[in-house]
Amino acid sequence: MIETTELSRTFKAGKEKVEAVRGVSFQVGQGELVALLGPNGAGKSTLLRMLTTLLPPTSGSAAINGSDVTRDSVAVRKQIGFIGQGNAAGHHFRVDDELISQGLFHGLSLRESGARAADLMEKLDLTDLSKRTVSTLSGGQRRRLDIAMGLINRPPVLFLDEPTTGMDPHNRAALWEHILELKRQLNITVILTTHYLEEADSMTERVMIIDNGTIIADDTAEALKDQLGGDTITINVASEGADAAAALLETAERTDEADSTTFRLRTERADRRLPGLLTGLAAAGVEVSGVSMRQPTLDDVFLSLTGRSLREDVQA
Amino acid sequence: MRDVLAVFRRELMPIAREPFGIIFTLLQPLVFLVLFGPLLEGMLPAEAFGGESTWQWFVPGILVMLVVFGTSGTGYTLQTELATGSFERLLVAPLSRAAIFIGRSMRELVPLVAQALLIVLVMIPFGFTLHPLPAALGILLLGLFGIGMGGLSNALAIATRKSEWMFWSVQSTVQFPLIILSGMLMPLDAGPRWMQAVAAFNPLTYVVEAERALFAGHIWEAVVLHGVIAALATCVIGLAAGVLAIRGATR
Repeated sequence: MIETTELSRTFKAGKEKVEAVRGVSFQVGQGELVALLGPNGAGKSTLLRMLTTLLPPTSGSAAINGSDVTRDSVAVRKQIGFIGQGNAAGHHFRVDDELISQGLFHGLSLRESGARAADLMEKLDLTDLSKRTVSTLSGGQRRRLDIAMGLINRPPVLFLDEPTTGMDPHNRAALWEHILELKRQLNITVILTTHYLEEADSMTERVMIIDNGTIIADDTAEALKDQLGGDTITINVASEGADAAAALLETAERTDEADSTTFRLRTERADRRLPGLLTGLAAAGVEVSGVSMRQPTLDDVFLSLTGRSLREDVQA
Repeated sequence: MRDVLAVFRRELMPIAREPFGIIFTLLQPLVFLVLFGPLLEGMLPAEAFGGESTWQWFVPGILVMLVVFGTSGTGYTLQTELATGSFERLLVAPLSRAAIFIGRSMRELVPLVAQALLIVLVMIPFGFTLHPLPAALGILLLGLFGIGMGGLSNALAIATRKSEWMFWSVQSTVQFPLIILSGMLMPLDAGPRWMQAVAAFNPLTYVVEAERALFAGHIWEAVVLHGVIAALATCVIGLAAGVLAIRGATR
């Protein structure tokens, strides 16, 4: 379906060369839902722009359904839907007009384009808005229109560049429902970029983590998290009991502070193991001042791979 | 061709949905004509206009001016679409790049054709003579020229996509000398030698002269041929510049 070989892209910024994407090779099969996860500037959008023929690769190659993105760019464009970071619909156009125009751009007849537009507006709850001017729509409504426009040519592959950035949680959830439902109905391949960890974790089947222009991990979210060796338990004890606790929590990583000590240990099923640990500590007379347990997230995966957190980037 | 029509149709939809907006656009050049024409008539002797009625001389010039104003600003809409992302979607659609530009420029020509018709009709009672076939050819010639201007404007818009004021300053810096040095509004015969010399290198001069000949009812004249060549050249260069600008921007 999608295949890239040593795909690279270098930009020139003044005299310096910036390697945005460095020799990326991967395959995505029919019907997969893949998230490209990474911090800003990791190369996600550049990769997507190469796959959608907007940017020619500096070296390497990429093909969609066997059509090369540089040599057969028109064949590629016919087979993809692309939802960019901006809004696809022109602001002073009417919703239905823009959808129908998009169908005509793909060579559909006016009648066919009208029928598909009506069907997509129905699927994406846009029917009531069909006569509205795009500039009067809310952010979430515009995003749904973008998706409808990306699907008008019934593409086997849909690319979404940061589809939910800047949306409130309610709208994000609603948009995801639409994306998943459409994917199920149409059995399309979906590739999206995101820097929302939760989205990549809970919505997609396969996660590719990108950093500095290379793919540093590629698996299901579950498998990636499992590699970290399970959940994390953190126990704080008063410093008097620290040595007794250390004997009990032998595999734990220990950090001593002024008047307390923190133990952090990795374990499977923290929820089952924790009660036993606490009972043991109480029996040894150790005063426990705090306990927390946490299941790993994709951020932990990113942290263990790069030594940096993705969250810092999101907040920045 | 199919692509051109699809793009053209898309660009026309807002006009079709808001037909009232176009009424003001239509009235603007009339106001200009009414205010500027009499001044010109009073300032210069009749010989300056080749012995014809002032209107006969002035109306074709105004039409060319409308095309220049109308199409040279079209890049601004493109810049807005570049900024919002809707142009990207056109680029990902299987459309020919040239078709995108031709379709967009054609949209700018629609109000111009309407304006031209209106001006000509209004001016007939004031001594303007209409020669329908040559005039129709004149409008076609303007269309060809306008598509080229639109292409150049779009190329400029892409080149200056990082800043909007840059687009407008370059556009107006280029536009005004082009207009004045074409003899469009004032006969250059009365101007200094150097102006006439510069005008000889201005493609717009030839388009204006061809339009004047056509609206005077002459088709088979050398000035018309020169005008056609100038318009064709502008069209080819404008479209090529537009397509190259897109390629350059996605490199």
